Amino acid sequence: MHLFFQELLNGLVVGSLYALVALGLALVYGTMQIPNFAHGHLYMLGAYVAFFGVTVAHVGYWPAMLLAIVVLALVGVVLERLVFRPLRNAPEVNTIIAAVGVLFFLQTLAQVWFGGDYRVFPTPYDKVVHFAGLVATQQQLIVIAAAAVLMVALFWFLKRTLTGATIEAVAQNRAGAALVGIDPNRVSMMVFAISAGLAAAAATLIASISLISPSMGFTVILKAFAIIVLGGMGSVPGAIIGAYILAFAESFGGTYISSNYQDAIAFGVLVLILTFKPTGLFAKGT
Amino acid sequence: MRRVLWIIAAAVAVAIPFLVPKTFYLQIVAGAYITAIAVYGLNVILGYTGLLNLGHAAFFGIGAYAVALLETKAGWPFWPALLAGCAASVVLGAMVGSVSLRTRGNYFAIFTAAVGVMIAIVFTNWQELTGGNIGIVNIPPPPSIGPLAFDGDVPKYYLVLGALALTILICRLVRHSLVGRTFVAIADNEDLARAAGIDVARVRLTAFMLSTFLAGLAGGMFAMYNGNLGPDQTGLDITFEQLLYLVIGGIGTIAGPLVGTLVLVGISHELQGMQQYRFLIFGPLLVLLVRFFPLGIAGGFSRLTARWAAR
Repeated sequence: MHLFFQELLNGLVVGSLYALVALGLALVYGTMQIPNFAHGHLYMLGAYVAFFGVTVAHVGYWPAMLLAIVVLALVGVVLERLVFRPLRNAPEVNTIIAAVGVLFFLQTLAQVWFGGDYRVFPTPYDKVVHFAGLVATQQQLIVIAAAAVLMVALFWFLKRTLTGATIEAVAQNRAGAALVGIDPNRVSMMVFAISAGLAAAAATLIASISLISPSMGFTVILKAFAIIVLGGMGSVPGAIIGAYILAFAESFGGTYISSNYQDAIAFGVLVLILTFKPTGLFAKGT
Repeated sequence: MRRVLWIIAAAVAVAIPFLVPKTFYLQIVAGAYITAIAVYGLNVILGYTGLLNLGHAAFFGIGAYAVALLETKAGWPFWPALLAGCAASVVLGAMVGSVSLRTRGNYFAIFTAAVGVMIAIVFTNWQELTGGNIGIVNIPPPPSIGPLAFDGDVPKYYLVLGALALTILICRLVRHSLVGRTFVAIADNEDLARAAGIDVARVRLTAFMLSTFLAGLAGGMFAMYNGNLGPDQTGLDITFEQLLYLVIGGIGTIAGPLVGTLVLVGISHELQGMQQYRFLIFGPLLVLLVRFFPLGIAGGFSRLTARWAAR
């Protein structure tokens, strides 16, 4: 039973990470139908920005995270403007190909700039906390709490502010939104900024638990896709629920079934869903 | 004009072992041919039917591992092993295709990516069978047929060249056959094709199976040529690389996969010291190509010659 609760805790930590990454992917897909295969590499870039913020610029953990969020938000805006906006009316496949180009570029950039080795992200919160017989590091608890705060903030922004409402409007009907005076291009840029910023936050949070490397984006992106298919492509609450479901499945599956195939669970889930429901779970009527 | 170019290309390809001084270069060219076969497979599904199979490299892996395992563990000679490898790839292709082809557009790409990564995970983790990350080594060369021996670099080169020629021939035949035309009809306008009486699901599955057949053939050739094999040949990044070659060569064209692969492999080796930097150029290049020049080299060339002819 003790093991069970420990895995529950691990599942919560990993689920928080997945939720933040998948949220960004879902926002972009929901508003623009762009499957951003480079999203995992934005996450990787965010980890490096924060890493150098902490180790080279010595700005401290939280300012480094803020720095990563800001830098990545800018990168997101540039990507939207230069890569994805011109392809809006192109075939879907072209958007994926362009995203692959971006991914190649970012991965090589990271490899050349930062080197291919794994790096340890130092955290000021490495003390171990004992609670009711369970063991957790402070960092793990921070991941859970910070992710929750970010998600609540995002929800508040989307549902309670006018700017947030414009995102929802564009997601529902791009032309209609433009008709009532919303600039869809501005919204697209904003969504990319938020999406990349969330990825950077997720990367900074988790980097001090796992290691960082130029290839860290690859597995994460595929899992994030599995999650948003699970949660209904483009649905924000669906992405969060999907993230925690997948994380628990991995956490318990890894312990009780096989740790070698832990990573395959996400893809198994994805394949199963699309096998029985080719348009994804909770697909909006298309 | 085009026929002349093909004949010149074939003549050069046959003469290469006598022209290049070092086996090193021969190996690079043969490696490029093998990749080109796989890229032709990707072209069948993406270029002819407009569907992006992101698990393509996994089917390459199925062919390669089948050949390697049958040769090293079951003691089969190369030829039947190659047949079995292609068959395994096609059977799996039929299974994956019959499910994945029910999805559309982005879902299809994501679905096949997931299948591909799952297969790669199995290659990495089923250590007793696949040797895990180390892979399989000492795959024996093909046994000789009569006086033809296949254990040197030059004979192996010709074997790979033969497979490539066969691939191009198949693609050409299919493209100009009724089946090939239905592929394109569906890609252009699915509803119209259906209204014209085309069994869309079946035609798509045919294209998918042909595509995985070529991937399996390339994989078998890879196992044979290199004599060893690891799971890093089957990952998503390899599919992405093949996609790059295809886009640069020209999606949906007959010469595109070969031209794109040769040009990029050539450039990569020219930039020796810059190997690791090459994607700093190729990445943005891919973005620019899909935006401004989606025809690629071969497509651009045909448009150019068509303009000449019209003059």
